Formats: sequence, C-alpha cells, structure tokens
Amino acid sequence: MSINTVAAPNSFVRGYEAVIGIEVHVQLKTKSKIFCSDSTTFDAADNENTSPVSVGMPGSLPVLNREVVLMAIKTGLALGCKIREKSVFARKNYFYPDLPKGYQISQYDQPTCEHGQLYFYVNNYKKTVSITRAHLEEDAGKSTHFGQYTLINYNRAGIPLLEIVSGPDLRSAAEAAEYAKTIRDIVKSLDVCDGNLEEGSLRCDCNVSVRKIGAEKFGTRVEIKNLNSFRFIEKAVDYEIERQIDSIESGTPINQETRLYDPDKNRTFMMRTKEDADDYRYFPDPDLLPILLKSEDIEKIRKTLPELPIQKSERFQFTLGLSKNDSEILTSDRMLSEYFESCGQISGNYKSAANWVMGDLLRELNQNKLTIGDSKISAKNLAELIQFIDQNKISGKIAKTVFTEMWQTSKSAQNIVDENGYSQVSDTTAIEKIIDTVIEKNQSQVAEYRSGKTKVFGFFVGAVMRESKGQANPDVVNEILKRKLES
Amino acid sequence: MIDEKKIMHIAKLARLKISTDEAAHYGDQLAKVLSHFDQISKIDTTNVEPLVSPLEIDFFNDDSFRKDIDQSFFTAEEMLENAPDKMGNLFKVPPVVG
Repeated sequence: MSINTVAAPNSFVRGYEAVIGIEVHVQLKTKSKIFCSDSTTFDAADNENTSPVSVGMPGSLPVLNREVVLMAIKTGLALGCKIREKSVFARKNYFYPDLPKGYQISQYDQPTCEHGQLYFYVNNYKKTVSITRAHLEEDAGKSTHFGQYTLINYNRAGIPLLEIVSGPDLRSAAEAAEYAKTIRDIVKSLDVCDGNLEEGSLRCDCNVSVRKIGAEKFGTRVEIKNLNSFRFIEKAVDYEIERQIDSIESGTPINQETRLYDPDKNRTFMMRTKEDADDYRYFPDPDLLPILLKSEDIEKIRKTLPELPIQKSERFQFTLGLSKNDSEILTSDRMLSEYFESCGQISGNYKSAANWVMGDLLRELNQNKLTIGDSKISAKNLAELIQFIDQNKISGKIAKTVFTEMWQTSKSAQNIVDENGYSQVSDTTAIEKIIDTVIEKNQSQVAEYRSGKTKVFGFFVGAVMRESKGQANPDVVNEILKRKLES
Repeated sequence: MIDEKKIMHIAKLARLKISTDEAAHYGDQLAKVLSHFDQISKIDTTNVEPLVSPLEIDFFNDDSFRKDIDQSFFTAEEMLENAPDKMGNLFKVPPVVG
C-alpha cells in the first residue's frame, strides 16, 4: 500500500544539512510505580506518593512492576523493534538531589527493545526513521529552585518511563516535530501513555548538528532538553540549526553542550557544557533480575496489537476515500477513530460520517472542551441522522437543527424528528399543492420567468421552502417547479 | 595508568574532596586493585556469557514480579521524618545550580 507522495525535498539550509536524532521519554500509564507500589496520580499532595523505595532509604529493595514490561514490549513491537529475550537493568550513577539513591535504575547495554523503525508523512513525502532502542527507566523527583535552597518532591520519582531513541535520521525541524507526533499517536493508540505533553507524560530531547552539504562526518552535536510541545520542537530545532550555522560561518566551532529552549524569546541557551562529561559508570543492578522473555510469549503479545494510527490513516484514505487531512485528524485519537468508524459502518456512509464528525461534532466538543468519550451524541445516533438525510427523510438544512437538538438533549434523531414534525416532505401531491399556491400568489415573477429571466427560479424555490417550513425535499421541489413554470 | 588527574575526576564524581597528597596515596592503592583486575582479564572467556544473575526466571511463567496495584503504606510526614531539613511536606536541600 502506498500513498501519492512526492520525493523528499532536500532540506538544506544555507549550504548546510541538519542531522537530528530524538529521545522521547514516554511516561507509561501504570497505576503504580516501576519498582514499588506508590500511586502514579498526577495531582497528589507533596510527597504523598512516596515510600522507602522511592525516597531511596537504605535497605529498601526494588520489585519490578509486571505491567511496565508488558507496555514496553507492546510499544517495542509497534515500533518494529526486536524484543530482547534477555534485558538487564543497570545503575546510572550521578548525584543530584532529585535522585535520592545516587543512581537511576535504567537499562544500558541490554535494553528491552532495539533495532526498530517507523515511518510517517511530512509535507506529503514519506519519511522512514530508525529506532535505535527503547529502554525502561525510572523517573527522578521534581526539584523547585529558590536561590537560597531547593525543595524536592519525590512523587514523580520511580514513575516508569520508556525512553525511545531514534537514529540520527531526521533532516529538518518539520521532520523532528512530525516524528514526535507519530510517537505520541502510537503510544496513545496502544494505551500505554496518555500522551499529555503539558503534564510531562511525553518529554523530548533533540540532538542537533549541522554539516556542510556532502560531508560524511557528522558535526558536533548539541542536545536541547525537555521540549514539551511539538511546536516548541520545531521552533527550537529551527533556531538551533541557524545558530550553529551562524557560529561555524563566523569561525567559532560548535561546543558539545546541553541547551534549553526559551519559548518566550524563541531561542536556545546553554545549560551545561560537556566538559563535566557524562561519566555514569553503569553496571548491572544486583537488586533486580534480568527480564527473560520467550519468543512465543512475545508473539502472543504481537497478536493483540491494535492497528497503528498511520496504517489506519492509510486505510481511511484508500478504502474509505477520505482526505489525508481528515484521516490524520480522525486517527490522532483512538476513541475518535473508533467513533468515526462505528458511525460510518452503521450509517453506511463513511464520507458523510467523516464530515459530521470533523465538522459539527468536533466543533461542539472543542467549544465545550470535551473529548469524544464525553460526546452527548452517540455514534449510533449520529449514524441514524446521516441515514435520515440519505433516505431523504429530512433535508440537509433541517439535519443541522436536529444535530443541535441532539447535542442539547442527547435524544435520538428519530425522537427529535418525530416530536417536531421535521420529516421532509417528499410526497409529490403535498409539494405540488404548495407550489400551486406560490405560483398563484406571484404571477408577475411567473411572467418574468416565462419571458426568459430564469434567474427568478431561485426566488420560487425559496418561497416554496419557506412555505413548507424547510421540510420539502429540494430535489422534488426543483423538479415539479420547473415542470409547472415551463408548462 | 592512574594519574592524579584521574583520581581527582573519580573523587569529583563521588562528591569527595581530597588533597593532592591523598590523591597520590589513593592512586597507589587503586593501581594495585586495577592490576589485580588486569590479571583477571587475562583469563580466556571466549564463548562465556557475562553473568548478571545466577537466577534465570522466565518472566511470563513466574509470579515473582509485582502486579500493577497501587498501595500506600506510609504518609508523606513519615517519609520526611528523618530529613535533615524540610519545608511543609517537601525535602529542603542546599541550592542546586542548573
């Protein structure tokens, strides 16, 4: 299956090519932490979700959460990764107050997932990106700085993260942002992450370097940490590419360093240089067993994977004939795509279902700040409304009114149509009667029409529709009106 | 070769403050430890898998992993009881730069 695509344009900037790799920290949607049973709720009171394990008390021991491993396997499979039959937790040693043990439990040389790839579409070309690895680790606590002191909340310490590392395959800021979106859509569709960037459920670090066009060697890379919106990824990477080219052109080589992005000023600034080079002295954590997985168990999980958003989007475009834009919006949220598919299937009219969902329904949801799960109109009820239009029971215009009433009352289309007598009149005798009255009352316009000023036809249609309170079937009206006027 | 610069780097990573005299002293000691490891690395380990744990437990066929159930056994106050300094229910530590 392939989509009408164009070749990837070169994305050279001022004689340079950017090389970007991204690390996405995905917060796994478990009830308890990765190595202890503390809750993972986002809005807990200060240090409410802590225990001896998460505050790093001596003698406490980690016990692995089974669900975390299942989620990592699912995500790895969806990213086309090979799932290692043996993966090992390691200690990453460094001192920082938000890391109470003095080390972070992570995976190092034997991560659970490795060697995958994914693809997505950006500006109508297909981009494939390799996934180097995806490894499990624990999150650190949250520190708040106050000049004279720092306050620490360990509620977040020990929340399970899956760090997905891409190869250095991205070539522009637009590709970087689209890659991150693709990861978000995948983990949401697998239900392993809520995908909420503002709450930090997904955090991106971008490694950016530039090299002269044609150069084989990568330039010195700079890491931009903690980008928490797709727009910021695009802007920060764009800024960084320009900054690096400026620097090289003015004769200052790039320093390997970590930078942060300031959205207000739209620029990146230095956080630390790599002179305090990362020296984490990794070694296997003796407190945890290696995770041993049998390939037949992994294959069992593979069979439970849902259709991925990108594949669903391709199917919507090919099989259902939706536009690319509509398909992408409908597949960005699993529940939204399920709602749409169900509505399309019941009504038998996918195109119309897409129009109603993308138009009226999303507008109401957005205005009321609701998600599709809270929709006041069920997929089945919306499907019924679409069927009424297709069966000429109600006009498209009346359907809008019915929709609004359905939203307000949560009643079915049938109920609303019955209660208000909205049924479209297709009965030719009834319509003929109305048309006769209208023609009777407007003899001068009839004369005009018959003298060749056919433009007044619209006037008659309007009058008939008004007379029928919008319920006359417009096709039938047109037909009879034409016949009567021209006779 | 383990020189003073290396010792100072290791000390810095471990957040230890040591003098140049101590650096020389520890350097000698560490050199001995490392030469012992050099001796061990001479052993032929071709075809021997590195051993992380002697226990081999199949993940899907064992109950030794925890089910994903959240439970609370301690209050925030209890967790902060031994903290050298605190503010409300937050741990208070010396200022951290960056």
